[in-house]
Amino acid sequence: MSAMLKVQVWRGGADGAFEAFEVPRRESQTVLDVVTHIQRALDPTLAYRYACRVGMCGSCAMTVNGAARWTCRTHVDKVAKDGRLSIAPLRNLPVIRDLVADLREFFDKWARAGGQFRGARTKADDFARVSPQSDARQLADAGIECIGCAVCYASCDVVARLPAYLGPAALNRAWTLVSDERDAGGAERLRAVAGDAGALSCHTHMSCTERCPKNLSPTAGIAGLKRAVARAALAGEL
Amino acid sequence: MSARGETLLWIAQRASAAVLALCVTVHLVTIVYATQGGLSGAEILGRTRGNVAWGAFYVVFVLAAAVHAPIGLRAVLAEWFGWRGRARAFLLIAFAVLLAGLGLRAVAAVFA
Amino acid sequence: MSRWLAYAHRLSGIALAVFLPVHFWVLSRALELDAFLAWTEQPAVKAAEWGLVTLLALHLAGGLRVLALEFLPWRNWAGGLAAAAAVATFAAGMAFALAL
Repeated sequence: MSAMLKVQVWRGGADGAFEAFEVPRRESQTVLDVVTHIQRALDPTLAYRYACRVGMCGSCAMTVNGAARWTCRTHVDKVAKDGRLSIAPLRNLPVIRDLVADLREFFDKWARAGGQFRGARTKADDFARVSPQSDARQLADAGIECIGCAVCYASCDVVARLPAYLGPAALNRAWTLVSDERDAGGAERLRAVAGDAGALSCHTHMSCTERCPKNLSPTAGIAGLKRAVARAALAGEL
Repeated sequence: MSARGETLLWIAQRASAAVLALCVTVHLVTIVYATQGGLSGAEILGRTRGNVAWGAFYVVFVLAAAVHAPIGLRAVLAEWFGWRGRARAFLLIAFAVLLAGLGLRAVAAVFA
Repeated sequence: MSRWLAYAHRLSGIALAVFLPVHFWVLSRALELDAFLAWTEQPAVKAAEWGLVTLLALHLAGGLRVLALEFLPWRNWAGGLAAAAAVATFAAGMAFALAL
């Protein structure tokens, strides 16, 4: 194992280029450690994001050697097999500068997919009683841990090809609400996730499921949405 | 196209896929059987001509294919060529008619 | 794996969509069936037949995978369906090659 890593880092905007750095290799080093070293010791003008650095917030997501990952949870040993690293911003999103992507569209699509809970009760009503064992609740629970890191969105081939496609995270969130018996979103949300930009455009490449750092399966949620949308269409509710 | 329209196309695609899965399997098995047996053209046609049951099977097969292929191409045209709207719809409907027409003509030639 | 199978599924679909009208047109000329059957004995045609059957098997296996993912209850082996489809395609291709 050589003492130095050869790191290519994306600089600039969409029309930028990779810049080469040499970073001392350390034990248990993560890719976030590498980026931080570059910014602190080599080039203070490097722009990048992180917050918790312990795999809870998802802010540090970047493209490492071609795959979207949380850099704080990616050990250099795992990815830099021949001492080389390539670090770029998340794909499928506009680049603000260097390693920072613009996530506005990601969250806008979340809203467009009906990703907000719609309640039907007031403070005056009794609590909703939801059995954790019910089928619907288990389906919802399987998808609610999403923290909106955009790794799935950055990995999706359909997002890359169909700009209007809502994407795995937004659709997964919509599914958790469709499966939530308290939610009153109903046909309106199904309409939001049907059609060209919605669940029906998913081609089950499963890159989202493969790359999700929380081991969620947007493919499963999207499949659920496909069935729900189909049922609604046949029942004339869409 | 409306959300409802898109969804109905999706349903048609999956339904025709299920039908084709059956038809293709039956077709492959029978074709291998028919050609392995070294049957001559006359022998094959002797078995197929006037065979209403097999004729009906192939009519279903052809129509399922005429539904399935154009809808499949629809996604390819949108994603790889950025093509949407009326022109795409016309081309795909024309292709569906072509498949159904040629297919039914072939069924007639072999089974009628 | 799922990604590559999905692309192969799409490409095989396009190839089959191109092949199908030709197939129908040739069949409608069933009157000359003996001459046609003799022509199909040529090695190049046999190879093309094998190619088509393999493409068909690939498209069928990939399609069954999509139907399973979209309609069956989700299980952890769902990710392995792509590999299963690839194996099934290989098996079908081999079986047909041996039968030729």
